[in-house]
Amino acid sequence: MNDKITLSHGSGGTQTNKLINEVFFKHFDNDILNQMNDAAQVDIDFKKLAFTTDSFVVNPIFFNGGNIGKLAVCGTVNDIAVSGAKPLYLTSAFIIEEGFSIEKLEEIVKSMAQQASIAGVKIVAGDTKVVEKGNVDGIFINTSGIGRIYENVNINCANARAGDNVIINGTLGDHGMTIMCERNKLGLEGNLKSDCACLNSLVDTMLEAYDGIHVIRDATRGGVAAVLNEISEFSNVTIALEENNLPLKEEVKGATEMLGLDPLYIANEGKLCAFVPEAYAEKVLNAMRKHPLGCEAVIIGKVTEETGQKVYLNTIVGGKRLVDMPSGIQLPRIC
Amino acid sequence: MKFVDEFRNNEYSKKLVEKLNNISSEKINIMEVCGSHTMAIFRYGIRDVLPANVNLISGPGCPVCVTPQSYIDTALTLSEQGNVIIATFGDMMRVPGKKGSLSEKKAEGADVRIVYSPMDCLQMALQNPSKKIVFLSVGFETTAPMAAITVMEAKKNNINNLFFFTAHKIVPPAMEALVQDKELKIDGFLLPGNVCAISGTEPYEFLSVDYNIPGVVTGFEPIDILQGLNTVVSLISKKEYKISNEYKRIVKTEGNPIALEYLDKAFNIVDSSWRGLGRIPNSGLEFNSEYEDFDALKHFKIDYEEYDGSPGCKCGEILKGKIKPTDCPLFKKLCTPENPVGSCMVSSEGTCAAYYRYHKDTK
Repeated sequence: MNDKITLSHGSGGTQTNKLINEVFFKHFDNDILNQMNDAAQVDIDFKKLAFTTDSFVVNPIFFNGGNIGKLAVCGTVNDIAVSGAKPLYLTSAFIIEEGFSIEKLEEIVKSMAQQASIAGVKIVAGDTKVVEKGNVDGIFINTSGIGRIYENVNINCANARAGDNVIINGTLGDHGMTIMCERNKLGLEGNLKSDCACLNSLVDTMLEAYDGIHVIRDATRGGVAAVLNEISEFSNVTIALEENNLPLKEEVKGATEMLGLDPLYIANEGKLCAFVPEAYAEKVLNAMRKHPLGCEAVIIGKVTEETGQKVYLNTIVGGKRLVDMPSGIQLPRIC
Repeated sequence: MKFVDEFRNNEYSKKLVEKLNNISSEKINIMEVCGSHTMAIFRYGIRDVLPANVNLISGPGCPVCVTPQSYIDTALTLSEQGNVIIATFGDMMRVPGKKGSLSEKKAEGADVRIVYSPMDCLQMALQNPSKKIVFLSVGFETTAPMAAITVMEAKKNNINNLFFFTAHKIVPPAMEALVQDKELKIDGFLLPGNVCAISGTEPYEFLSVDYNIPGVVTGFEPIDILQGLNTVVSLISKKEYKISNEYKRIVKTEGNPIALEYLDKAFNIVDSSWRGLGRIPNSGLEFNSEYEDFDALKHFKIDYEEYDGSPGCKCGEILKGKIKPTDCPLFKKLCTPENPVGSCMVSSEGTCAAYYRYHKDTK
């Protein structure tokens, strides 16, 4: 096999089949995919499903803590999981730039397979397209997924209620700052590492502790600020955060300080915010802390009795400030 | 994080707030000159905890905000020239000019790249020998030394495809213009710790000597700001007119002599136009004859004519602290971070952006 992807790998002929067999089938291997039907055929025995799709275009393709493939599986698994569902099946579609290294492609596919195995999902269908050099930036991946929504669980971003505690499973902004520093070669020393991870088993742990959790959302693009603003709007509630309680890694704190960015607005790929009634918050928190992806879980705020849809922060000096919906891209400041 | 966490101490900041509430009951106007101070004041909700008699006015210390519109328009023209890469700090990307913004030009195909330091341009110039790199060289005394080092390195290494569109400004002359404005009544200043780290405190002595206005140099953490406010309110109430340094861990009286030497070697002090404030004598920096070959305006033979502002935009009065963003008829209506009319809404340091993002009563 050539060590670079060429246009013929996407032409549907011999080279395409060879690539599919030697890279994708080799790693994604499962009974449904192996039937090689035009569409995956699966049996289901439930009424309500969660169905989602996401595209991944991250640059750099490989970063500390993961790569585009790991991200593509975790991202879709997490979107299903935080809907209160068990992720079951994924599809994956690749758009690859001609000249892309097959070795790197295999590494990406391998980490997708690894994450799928961790999450207990099967990748049951896929597609590969190759485009001329310059038409994409290396590789783009789309994943779609379906899951079975748990019975008696009703998680919805309109469900937040006054008194709910807002819990996060760990530090803010790890993924976004890792990508920003690596992309711009900022040369910051330290161990900035993406938090990219499949959160479905953590969600299961949380729902075992209390299946009446009102809202769970993963805080990806736009960070915690974007997610909380959406929840505030859909649930028609005011959310108050405590600045003192926001968990931050030293590396992330340093990088955001230097660039003049607010960690509340920086992307995460392995963090979720949960809205839990006060009476159950400790129980859920304790369960989360026993899970490897929740050991740094903390309560960062609560839904207040105030009317109006807003998110604010009680600052360390005793003041308040608005945490608005992010707008535009996060731009580093001059001084 | 060292040198940060200590200055965000919850209990100590509350003690400072309590102390501040017991110094004076007279009505006091304090201007924070620097955009980073404005942002920090909002970010930590400091206005909320001030005594009712202390009024904070946000000043013109945001480099993007005070850059006249003609600068953006000229940068847009430069981006349209074939073979040119525009290198800029992130804040400048969305500032609106007559023909859109750099962000829009980029979407149309212009090569516009965000840099984190002027020094990044040296590498960019070496990696793109067939292109001309134009660095949008704006900023106060804080950023100008880096531009000076970069141009000197470029000259030393015979890099001849890097140019600077300079609009550097120096802070004290603009402050003098403000204190001479009869409509403004400023009783004291919070002085920019970052700028003073370079220039030292001496350039601000005129405030106390000539105008009987005290000033306190301070940093950007909540405790720095609260300590600075305590000192300035105390100086005002005692009618003690002096410049005090509450940022001694960073700012020396003489400033940073090495940075000042670089500034001196590369730049001449010239008159300069500030958005909303007009032309202020001796408030700008321009390459001296030694480095004029690196001047983008000269290289591209651009006849640069300065003009200001968008119609209806009150950035000028806001930059002078005469009105608050909430008093501007465009604020949150026609002028939002998604569609900024004035530069004060674009820059992360801008007063309007600070009000929009953080001020809890504006939602």
